Amino acid sequence: MVWVVLLGLLAAALAATDNVDTEWIKTWAPLIAGAAGLTVVICIASIALAIVLAVLGALGRLSTNPFINGLASLYVSLVRGTPLIVQIYFIYFALPSLGIILPALPAGIFALGFNYGAYLTEIFRAGIQAVPAGQREAGSALGMPDRLVMLRVVLPQATRIVTPAIGNEFIAMIKDSALVSIIGVREVLWNAETAGRPRNNTIEAFIIAALIYWVLTIIFSLFQERLERRMARSDR
Amino acid sequence: MPSGDPIVRVQNLHKYFGSLHVLRGVDIDVRQGEAVMLVGRSGSGKTTLLRCINFLEEPTVGSVEVDGLKVDADPLRSRSREHREQIRQIRVRAGMLFQEFNLFPHMTVLQNLIEAPMRVRNLPRGEAVALAERYLAKVGLRDKRDEHPARLSGGQKQRTAIARALCMEPKVLMFDEPTSALDPELIGEVLGVMEDLAHEGITMIVVTHEMHFAREAADRVVFMEEGQIVEQGPPEQILDSPRDPRTQQFLRRFLATGAGASAD
Repeated sequence: MVWVVLLGLLAAALAATDNVDTEWIKTWAPLIAGAAGLTVVICIASIALAIVLAVLGALGRLSTNPFINGLASLYVSLVRGTPLIVQIYFIYFALPSLGIILPALPAGIFALGFNYGAYLTEIFRAGIQAVPAGQREAGSALGMPDRLVMLRVVLPQATRIVTPAIGNEFIAMIKDSALVSIIGVREVLWNAETAGRPRNNTIEAFIIAALIYWVLTIIFSLFQERLERRMARSDR
Repeated sequence: MPSGDPIVRVQNLHKYFGSLHVLRGVDIDVRQGEAVMLVGRSGSGKTTLLRCINFLEEPTVGSVEVDGLKVDADPLRSRSREHREQIRQIRVRAGMLFQEFNLFPHMTVLQNLIEAPMRVRNLPRGEAVALAERYLAKVGLRDKRDEHPARLSGGQKQRTAIARALCMEPKVLMFDEPTSALDPELIGEVLGVMEDLAHEGITMIVVTHEMHFAREAADRVVFMEEGQIVEQGPPEQILDSPRDPRTQQFLRRFLATGAGASAD
């Protein structure tokens, strides 16, 4: 309720300054909003890639094999120690000189997935370690090989443990996905920028973009809440 | 009743945790159909002995043989892959029950029971389900088949765990203080199931503080202290007229503190 009043006042204030062209908004808002679908697609594809990388990364970080362990920790350290925007530039602009040429959309998805995979690796590792040791022992005591214990006993429980954290990362990713506009992926921010620039309607354009990201994060927060409630009900 | 060759043979077993010498040369044979109860104060090495038999703890020295498969201690795991496979085979033969039950919370009771039979013994699903239903009926939980473990009482959880272990049709069942995490009123139903199994001739090794149960169900009581077997024999002999002063002292203190209310 308070939100509605405050936002109403803000909108009125903006309209009163006469810098905001409401006609322009009416024309362009739907076109900019049309890119929300692509933003969501980018995020879903990227989080899927990130989860795959994270499971592998977490298993690597927990491996006793020094090479695999080293590889996984190098991945995490390298990705977390460099800016996402540098990673995007590197994949889109630098990789082609090594002969790896990716179009903008796959490059953006790959960069986001690769980046979030490193953060999720640590989350998955913590989740795997949070499964009680007795669960592993029970699986082993039934004669299950280590791989089967991991696959059937530990990972399903770890997945439940990390689901809320994955949700949080996904919401952060919705916002970070705006960064891929710099390599020309035609998602929400790119559309807003392209529409706003020529006629100098940047205030309107970026307000629309901001609202779209905000609405998307709210929608997914609600979705996440429901998912968590359902999981809480299903057991424990 | 017990007969024939040993199904479990433990020879000269030592276990160190760092510099702590927890098992100091244990030898024990368990024959087919025998119910052996391990008693002794906390820290005497009973649980460690049990966990070494199926290699949840790697013994430092000695060997374990279960149903003809003998595995030597290999604390450095030098024979890595082959050694691991042998250990897995030992575990298939020696089922284990835990203090904390350790049912898989993300599976229903039935899924808990058929998981290992299907994926380790490679039974077809129908056969695994039939087996599971038979053993669920045996522990009196046929109607809990489709529940998740979270909805079971502690006693029901442990009985489910017993059924899960039985579904692997092991040569010996090992119980590590199976009732010490239970509310007093739930202990009886678990001990009842175990007693039935003992009378049916299931070979079992039980670490327990329940002396009444040991008296009823044991063929042999083994008293351990400081990582060694001090005294063993039929329950009447060990519990009523122990010869070793350490056994006498343990039982005196045990009766004084009231049937295992305090484990120490």
